[in-house]
Amino acid sequence: MKIPYYPGCTLKTKAKNFETSAIAVAKALDIEFVEIPRWNCCGAVPSLSDDDLIRHIAPVRNFIRVEEMNQDGIVSDEHRIVTLCSMCFNTLKMSNLRMKKNKEDLRKINDVMYLEKEHYKQDVEVVHFLEVLKDIPPSKIKEQIKNPMPELKVSPYYGCTLLRPKEVGIDDPEDPLIFEDLLSTLGLNVVNNPLKTRCCGSYQVVSDKNIVSSLVYDILTNAKKNEAELIVTSCPLCFFNLDRRQKDIIKFHHNFEPIPILYFTQLMAILFGLNEDAFKFEENYVDYKDLFERKELASK
Amino acid sequence: MTEKFLITDKNEKLIEKINEISGEVVTLCEQCGTCSGSCPVVEDMDITPSNMMRLAELGDEEVLETKTIWVCASCFTCTTRCPRGIDVAKVGEALRQIKLRKAVDRMDIKDIPEDERNILPQLAIVAAFRKFTG
Repeated sequence: MKIPYYPGCTLKTKAKNFETSAIAVAKALDIEFVEIPRWNCCGAVPSLSDDDLIRHIAPVRNFIRVEEMNQDGIVSDEHRIVTLCSMCFNTLKMSNLRMKKNKEDLRKINDVMYLEKEHYKQDVEVVHFLEVLKDIPPSKIKEQIKNPMPELKVSPYYGCTLLRPKEVGIDDPEDPLIFEDLLSTLGLNVVNNPLKTRCCGSYQVVSDKNIVSSLVYDILTNAKKNEAELIVTSCPLCFFNLDRRQKDIIKFHHNFEPIPILYFTQLMAILFGLNEDAFKFEENYVDYKDLFERKELASK
Repeated sequence: MTEKFLITDKNEKLIEKINEISGEVVTLCEQCGTCSGSCPVVEDMDITPSNMMRLAELGDEEVLETKTIWVCASCFTCTTRCPRGIDVAKVGEALRQIKLRKAVDRMDIKDIPEDERNILPQLAIVAAFRKFTG
């Protein structure tokens, strides 16, 4: 299956570990991510003002590229656009919903983009990789597991942009399970974290990282109280906040034991026994090696 | 003690502006406090989200000078839970926009310490500048 893939800025740089592992995992499941030619930044945050339509141009231009991919035969009748970054997912989907809901807005946008060969015809659907995985038969995912880790206690962290607002979310905004279902399919010991949907502070880390550190402390501590040994996420900003801010947390909470954070695709790559190049672990700040060494020894 | 608050034309104008930008009707708020109870960053605010809504529905300009509107990271928890169906996150955005459209930026790249600037992921910087500059 070939599917148009929208990377976004961070996946090509600081979150290379997410992109590389996701592409490798997808390939193992017969999914080929076809990067959208000439994709552009989505804007990172959705426009929340009713009166500034201009912020929707960037997302819509990407949708036009997907339609072009279909016309040029790069993909065949595949109007989904798959994202890995939760923030890109949210921003693109919000714009798409507005274009689908409001014909007048769409007309204005198409008017402004008169230099494009095609007008946007609203037939693109924005999906997150987790949704694509959900549609794959669990047996097919299970077949790929070469290094089972049934003892590993993993807690998913959703954050905001996968779930809220409701019309954009990929699951119930108050009690999502899509992540847990995937982790169960992967044969892991899934641990609940009551704060799995609590905001990590997002971009506030740029202006006041202490706000973020204190939110992250609560999120991690709750996961640990439920015996989580590892947290997985799908958002490069959540990942950064959860991973990097642990060095600040230790300054305020001397007894704090760091907990590794991985992209869910990195964990899948380990379980699938893929080549180590696929993990790109050098981008992870908190050490994960101890944990996996312990697990491997335990399974032997 | 009950305080009397007179709604003047100026207040009406601000209410109208907030509604226009947000696409919401702020006066639907009945002050139940669900947003304040749900907000993950309320501890870092100077007034609670429901106080923010109260000032917004009165058209009180003071709301534009609060720390609260800048601490909100638009996580949409309040929006998801508001029993009146108000998109509180969008109201917050409207309040920020009213300030930012006067060309008053809240952030300068020079203010970010260099060691942080080097490790911050791109989307954090793009997002912050979209939220804090006009």
